[in-house]
Amino acid sequence: MFYILGFGAVLSALLMVTNKKPVNAAMCLIMTMFLLAGMYVLLDAHLMAALQIIVYAGAIMVLFLFVIMLLNIQEKEGRLGINKIATQFAGVAIVGGIFVVIANLVTIDHSLVKAGDMVNGFGTTKAVGTLLFTDFILPFEIASVLLLAAIVGAVILAKRRIDNPESK
Amino acid sequence: MVSLNAYLTLGAILFSIGAVGVFTQRNVLIIYMCIELMLNSVNLTFIAFSKFLNNMDGHVFVFMIMTVAAAEAAVGLAIIISVFRNKETVNVDEINLMKG
Repeated sequence: MFYILGFGAVLSALLMVTNKKPVNAAMCLIMTMFLLAGMYVLLDAHLMAALQIIVYAGAIMVLFLFVIMLLNIQEKEGRLGINKIATQFAGVAIVGGIFVVIANLVTIDHSLVKAGDMVNGFGTTKAVGTLLFTDFILPFEIASVLLLAAIVGAVILAKRRIDNPESK
Repeated sequence: MVSLNAYLTLGAILFSIGAVGVFTQRNVLIIYMCIELMLNSVNLTFIAFSKFLNNMDGHVFVFMIMTVAAAEAAVGLAIIISVFRNKETVNVDEINLMKG
């Protein structure tokens, strides 16, 4: 099951980054997010899987699609200049180097990973909620303030100027 | 049971794909999606560690990352809309107002 989900996730992620059309890329990203939600279920993180589908595949991607539709971008694909292609290759090379480093770190040593005692009701809403409202109450409250600031910021950035008659 | 390494490797692969996308794409919307993909791969790593360490703190971290990603997407898309209104483009090569 892991390999099916993982292969699908990598495939749709690759489709996303090689796509030129934003709508197709968004669809591929939604696919990746669903497959990752399946992966979370495999890892007993049931609440996080549900939130992944609701928040990411639902809310955030709808926002993306809404903006894509709103902007109605005309495709004008010119050919990339040679130095831009060189830049792209350089970028891919850098990222490949980063990946090699990460893969080395991943495969070092298992002895550092020591499992604690089994938590009761691992990954359930109740367990996550209890943790959120006891040990992590301050980050939780800060997150609410952050969301409020994001709402206000988004509205102010996206609104048209009322005092400027040109931009109607 | 799949080992922890498999999950971490998958997270690394997805993160690298996202980073490649940020480097190679010129459409600012797709670059944003690549950033979301990178955040998602980090979430996968957190949840895998959470499972294999039997420690639920990772789930709280993922919760916070989702919150931040939602806030970031809202503000970022608002910025993209206002830039598009001024410059009529979403190509990052043409958005060079701050270039000296």
